Amino acid sequence: MSTSPKVIPFESSVPKPGTPRDFIADHVHAIPRSGIRDFFEIVQSMGDVISLGIGEPDFVTPWRIREAAIYSLERGKTGYTSNLGLLKLRKEIASYVKRHYHVEYDGPTEVMVTIGVSEAIDLALRAILNPGDEVIYHEPCYVSYSPSIALAHGKAVPVATRAEDGFRLLARDIAAKITPRTKALLLNFPCNPTGAAMSRADLEPIAALCREHDLLVLTDEIYSELTYDQRPHTSIASLPGMRERTIFFHGFSKAFAMTGFRIGYACAPVALTEAMMKIHQYGILCAPITSQEAALEALRHGHDDMVSMRDQYCARRNFLVAGLNAAGLPCRTPEGAFYLFPDITGTGLTAHEFAVRLLQEEKVAVVPGTAFGESGTGHVRCSYATALDQIEIASERIGNFVRRLKKG
Amino acid sequence: MHALLKLLEADPRATPASLAKQLNRPEEEVSSLLKELEEKRVILGYAVIVDNDKADRETVQAAIEVKITPERDGGFDRIANRIARYPEVTSCYLMSGGYDLLVIIHGKTMKEVAMFVSEKLATVGGVLSTATHFMLKPYKERGVLLVNEGTQERLSITP
Repeated sequence: MSTSPKVIPFESSVPKPGTPRDFIADHVHAIPRSGIRDFFEIVQSMGDVISLGIGEPDFVTPWRIREAAIYSLERGKTGYTSNLGLLKLRKEIASYVKRHYHVEYDGPTEVMVTIGVSEAIDLALRAILNPGDEVIYHEPCYVSYSPSIALAHGKAVPVATRAEDGFRLLARDIAAKITPRTKALLLNFPCNPTGAAMSRADLEPIAALCREHDLLVLTDEIYSELTYDQRPHTSIASLPGMRERTIFFHGFSKAFAMTGFRIGYACAPVALTEAMMKIHQYGILCAPITSQEAALEALRHGHDDMVSMRDQYCARRNFLVAGLNAAGLPCRTPEGAFYLFPDITGTGLTAHEFAVRLLQEEKVAVVPGTAFGESGTGHVRCSYATALDQIEIASERIGNFVRRLKKG
Repeated sequence: MHALLKLLEADPRATPASLAKQLNRPEEEVSSLLKELEEKRVILGYAVIVDNDKADRETVQAAIEVKITPERDGGFDRIANRIARYPEVTSCYLMSGGYDLLVIIHGKTMKEVAMFVSEKLATVGGVLSTATHFMLKPYKERGVLLVNEGTQERLSITP
């Protein structure tokens, strides 16, 4: 099976006489089918699989947060909120971002509550891109970045990150891709799928490059609380001269195990927030009030719950890193998120072959690295957002599988 | 040490090999630390939490508020230890507020517990009074809910 994304062939939208009209827009046709979706269907067709392929916490949302949502319903809070979101939530977000990321935003005018970070990134791209504007992003990366750029009529320009650099993004690789059309740089650290994080020293030359070339930075810091070993997280927005050229994205899904609440936010200078608001107010109106009330509780009182989940992720990360390395799959210890991205080239299989055979022969699901971009070749993504006993069994099975492959 | 204790509290059955991997430390180091914690009685024991109803076991639990006279040498400790040594007593705490000791008692029947309180506990020298509260139904035992939390239905692969 091919590891490259399949582009569905399309014809010009002018129909030939007698043929049914193609109603789909060209730029939508051009979006390749998600590699994850293909793989999902294979996994779905099998029973009894241990999945290390899940990109969401296995924890149920902490009770205090669920209870706050229930309580808000009991009090009849079921209406629209301000387009930007509840003012008390925006103020709380501004104070949380100041406390943890050392960037000051004005809650009433510079914070917008969205349907997860996904909506926020889509809004930002649509708000800033003229057709043909280029956005540089790093690969392997979360699956939506390139399609979202394309859907906003921009040109997605990937920069590969490499295992030997710990999957950190290097300024010189970005510099090589900058053209007069480059408008923005999209970052996601800690990174899905590599787990890599960027220190202040790693970010400084990139910030300098953005200032020099007058680029906007879109920074998706959804995994920032899940940074391990007491490592401090640095936001590029906090570096000198960056606040005015950065849109900071964050949400509640990962740190507070609130994926189903679909709640996130964007912080940006007024003009950018206003531009995103224009799209948000017509497309979405506002994020659901129940989720906003739950998010408020998460920020006010969810810290200890978050720390307890983070400690468990950290223990699982250590366990699985040891397991994969012992199995003969070289795997670095990533700094954050909840993914490992081991090198599987020693098995002689492609990432896709490895994932399919591991699934068929050992009933363990991992995601081929190529689902996250071409530079994910030779790797698979293993999520450790799964109970330790499952990880233990999975790691044993992966060991058996790799030993069999290496024997011949 | 604290990281190790946290892992054990979450899963007392975790083997030293698994704990070592989770902590990213050598197994020998974890084994010897465990041994030390047990010897110093930092780790007092490893417990099983049972739903007695489901196990079809006849048990009765009661919380007894006990007032005692503190002694000149040792305050409450001597009497408290004396009470705590009975096997019927599963927990015993010195309390602030309107009484001195909170004693949790396990028995097979209400009568058995009542007899223990009147014949043993109340007659220990220095005990002034007891008030017995029978527990009717447990909802949470040592951090574990009796009702199943339900499991998060997750898609098998997500980005």
